[in-house]
Amino acid sequence: MDGAEAVFPDEMTWPAGDVGRVPFLAYTNPEFHKAELERFFYRDHWCYVGLEAEIPEPGDFIRTAVGERSVIVVRDDEGAINVVENVCAHRGVQFCRERHGNRLDQGFTCPYHQWKYTLQGDLRGVPFLRGLKRDGQVQGGMPPDFKTSDHGLNKLKVATRGGVIFASFDPDVESLEDFLGPEMLGYFDRLFDGRMLKILGYNRQRIPGNWKLMQENIKDPYHPGLLHTWFVTFGLWRADNKSELKMDAHHRHAAMISTRGQAAAAAPAEVTQVSSFKASMQLNDARFLDIVPEPWWKGPTAVMMTLFPSVILQQQVNSVSTRHIQPRGHGAFDFVWTHFGFEDDDEAMTQRRLRQANLFGPAGFVSADDGEVIELSQMGFEQKPFHRTVAELGGRDAADSDHMITETLIRGMYGYWRKVMGL
Amino acid sequence: MGGPDYAELCQLYARYAAALDAARWDEWPEFFVEDCLYKLIPRENHERGFPLATLMFESKGMLQDRVYGIRETLFHDPYYQRHVIGAPLIHAATAERITCEANYAVLRTKLSELPTVFSLGRYIDEVVVTDGGLKFASKLVVYDNELIANSIIYPI
Ligand SMILES: [Fe+2]
Repeated sequence: MDGAEAVFPDEMTWPAGDVGRVPFLAYTNPEFHKAELERFFYRDHWCYVGLEAEIPEPGDFIRTAVGERSVIVVRDDEGAINVVENVCAHRGVQFCRERHGNRLDQGFTCPYHQWKYTLQGDLRGVPFLRGLKRDGQVQGGMPPDFKTSDHGLNKLKVATRGGVIFASFDPDVESLEDFLGPEMLGYFDRLFDGRMLKILGYNRQRIPGNWKLMQENIKDPYHPGLLHTWFVTFGLWRADNKSELKMDAHHRHAAMISTRGQAAAAAPAEVTQVSSFKASMQLNDARFLDIVPEPWWKGPTAVMMTLFPSVILQQQVNSVSTRHIQPRGHGAFDFVWTHFGFEDDDEAMTQRRLRQANLFGPAGFVSADDGEVIELSQMGFEQKPFHRTVAELGGRDAADSDHMITETLIRGMYGYWRKVMGL
Repeated sequence: MGGPDYAELCQLYARYAAALDAARWDEWPEFFVEDCLYKLIPRENHERGFPLATLMFESKGMLQDRVYGIRETLFHDPYYQRHVIGAPLIHAATAERITCEANYAVLRTKLSELPTVFSLGRYIDEVVVTDGGLKFASKLVVYDNELIANSIIYPI
């Protein structure tokens, strides 16, 4: 029986070196959450903000977020991509309310006092800057030493690769390539190989659980064959599929790489371990799984990448998407799915991607249940924050793996988390 | 205008709501013709012309597959739904076909919890006359929700 300790401990006790038994407090403490925002989302890391294909024309912009801070991603008149914080330099108004649009002609204007900014985020107009001339006198105006060049919007550092846009509030952040590391970069370039992307659309959900749970979910190959019985039933997932788990040198990013077996032959019970599994079940409409291999796959039928802290890159057979994590306090996050295709897709491939999107997203056959269990995890954490998880499948250390029966990637992530958090 | 009786159309929506609210999932595909289209799509995608739907089913078979998923494979926190569907607005009608739309609200009640507004939007529908009465040839569920409250399991 546990519960002898204080139910609401002041401090987290976590034996040095342990990465598999994560204290519930890591998910419930608002102070930790603020430290995570500062150390992971606002410093030293690149965060995903969108795809170039979302803002193809000069003046196009989208409003999105880095961590819990609203930012605008905009293509300027020279085609360059700028990311600026959505807070007016004057009185702090979060001035941009549209979620997308084009501002080539107008630039950005704060409604409160009409301060105007260029698409690069420079201040270009302040009403009554030099005051109002009346009866030969100048009334008001900014002090003589006020320089508009000192009062631009907060500009983030920007990196793009293969049509994907990342931003950082940290001017000293390492290069995106170093941030990803060579192993992750290889899988990144496999998906974003330079072809123009075609935006298919968005799905947006709010999941009432700590944001790290979503990173963990896609670092957890233990659950898909057990939670997602749809995957198992229709032959998309087998625990004995050829698979690999890889991490960057810091163990913050990861890739789960798997290759579906040839025949979706009935899996033996010891492989599924799912009591409800029905080997004879057939889809009424097989088009859900009308899978057509694509040359760029170079083998693997699914590669799920977690780039810490902000994004998941999904290839599940023909369905490709980015999944953007936007925290909302310690107990919730918004999860934004951007599904896309490629410029050379024919109509049939576009339809196929749209159809396979039924498997994923907030209502997906194999994703809706991820959101559900994350919510229930958070409920469990909140009721007994003195307790801890046990992520010890496959051992107590963290290393790459050539099979799926392990929680090694979660341990890798918490090794990194402990180091950065100093906990 | 001609075509089927307005009361009959209202009855179709009332029966649809009643079946879903009673969780009679097997009846759901039966409201559609064989070669149907059901799309649950965010207003954003609909208005910006993005083809992605949250759910897109292109046949009665796909609807039946979804029912199987709800019953057998999708783990979820159980909940009740309550559909409130407004009076349908007919845009066009012939003897065989009605193009119409109707507002809807779905209130959700999770076990041990208070009810919440779960989904809001409108149906944009194609209704056809069949031997088995009026059925949906196409149902576009365009929802206003900027964010889905975690997940959507049951049909709307
Ligand atoms: Fe999952």
